[in-house]
Amino acid sequence: MGGFSQAFAEAFVLLWRFDAQVLEIVLRSLQVSSLAVLIGTAVGLPLGACLAVGQFPGKQTAAVIINGFMGLPSVVVGVVVYLALSRSGPMGEFGLLYTPSAMVIAQVVLVVPLMAAIARQVVEDAWRNYQEELAALRFGWWDTVRVLLHDCRFSLSVAVLAGLGRAMSEVGAVMIVGGNIDRATRVMTTAIALETSKGDLPLAIALGIVLLVLILLLNAGAFALRTTVMRRFE
Amino acid sequence: MSLFPLQLRDVTFRPNGRAVLDGVDLTLSGEGITVVLGPNGAGKSVLLRTLCGLIPPTGGTLDWGGGAFDPLAVGMVFQHPVMLRSSVIDNIALGLVPRGVGARERRLAGMAMLQQIGLADRANDNARQLSGGEQQRLALGRVWLTRPRLLLLDEPTSSLDPSAVEAVERIVRQIRTEGTKILMTTHNLGQATRLADDIVFLADGRVREHVPVRRFFSQPASAEARQFIQGELPWHLAF
Ligand SMILES: Nc1ncnc2c1ncn2[C@@H]1O[C@H](COP(=O)(O)OP(=O)(O)OP(=O)(O)O)[C@@H](O)[C@H]1O
Ligand SMILES: [Mg+2]
Repeated sequence: MGGFSQAFAEAFVLLWRFDAQVLEIVLRSLQVSSLAVLIGTAVGLPLGACLAVGQFPGKQTAAVIINGFMGLPSVVVGVVVYLALSRSGPMGEFGLLYTPSAMVIAQVVLVVPLMAAIARQVVEDAWRNYQEELAALRFGWWDTVRVLLHDCRFSLSVAVLAGLGRAMSEVGAVMIVGGNIDRATRVMTTAIALETSKGDLPLAIALGIVLLVLILLLNAGAFALRTTVMRRFE
Repeated sequence: MSLFPLQLRDVTFRPNGRAVLDGVDLTLSGEGITVVLGPNGAGKSVLLRTLCGLIPPTGGTLDWGGGAFDPLAVGMVFQHPVMLRSSVIDNIALGLVPRGVGARERRLAGMAMLQQIGLADRANDNARQLSGGEQQRLALGRVWLTRPRLLLLDEPTSSLDPSAVEAVERIVRQIRTEGTKILMTTHNLGQATRLADDIVFLADGRVREHVPVRRFFSQPASAEARQFIQGELPWHLAF
């Protein structure tokens, strides 16, 4: 019991002092996950909107696949991206394995289906509402997608926050493709896993607290968006 | 290429067997305001949607003055127009987006149109917070800005108070003056007498009468039309 409280006390000291190691790991986490979500936003939201608006054979199947991929275990994504990036893989020549770039790629694969699935649902609901009006104004599918993405901007920013939450909290994929290398590819989740198993509880607890606070902030942000900004245009 | 005369020959719409449009024959000239009257469920809205190209008819032919249907020349305002979650100015200029007009020109054209329909001071307000009458004017301006040759209006004043109705009717007259053909529905027979040049009376998916407005109200030819006029205008009997 004494060990526990001592570990917590040391964890708070680390946070209080803005410990360099903690800071470095947190910043790397934020960098990797933000970049992944940025790319995920540029790909996932339009993809979801196209799935909502487009009329093409296999539309239902595509929606089912995207929804299924939404819950993809991150270790599976890790293995797939690992195979693609490893020496003999299709993208092996770029030598990306065990770099932050590999981690970004893995997280993009993780968040795109999640964000696309949310975007599809949100945009489809809006589209049902606007379909006739936009058709009568002679909107083509691409203009429709653009207008709907803008129209759903508040709901979609919730999708972005959800993507960021998923990217920051997953551990399996970045562990496999990043390798958890000190000062290179170590992020919050992989550091927590490693330090816990090594018995360095203060560092693990400090990082855990930071991660928890960030996730809570994301959710609070999503909540604030829903209750304040969105209301303005309802 | 002119769209007129627009000729409908034996146009039918039978979704799963039941005839909603049951052989519509109708010829529309390129001028004036034609008002479609008829009881609930007569097929008025379906007729307008068909002309807008939103519903493919199951039978018959539409002849657009001998040419092809030009979707960009036909506009429609719905009974309950929808507003994007955005400003009034964004909403009024919406129809210019698919016509490839840039953001700056959209703003300018939108502002000019807002002036015309008396909503310039609301340009930056949330469009969804406009009153029903203001939204209906906005919807009219939005379509007007796309300069249609044929404008379809489906009960544009159905839930408005008299002064809002008047404002909408003023805009409709202006659009007509600019040379746009208007085909509209209404259940407001006073409005029909104020706006219409000719009346199309639709019942059970068929055109029963297509006559100048005076003739329709003074000497309706069919029993259905007589009944309809008396039903909609109980006070008519007193005269
Ligand atoms: N897209 C559609 N597919 C199938 N049936 C339809 C469709 N649209 C309308 N109907 C049916 O066609 C019939 C005529 O509807 P419509 O809306 O044209 O009547 P209306 O004359 O406009 O009546 P109201 O005066 O109440 O507006 C209704 O029974 C309606 O259920
Ligand atoms: Mg109707």
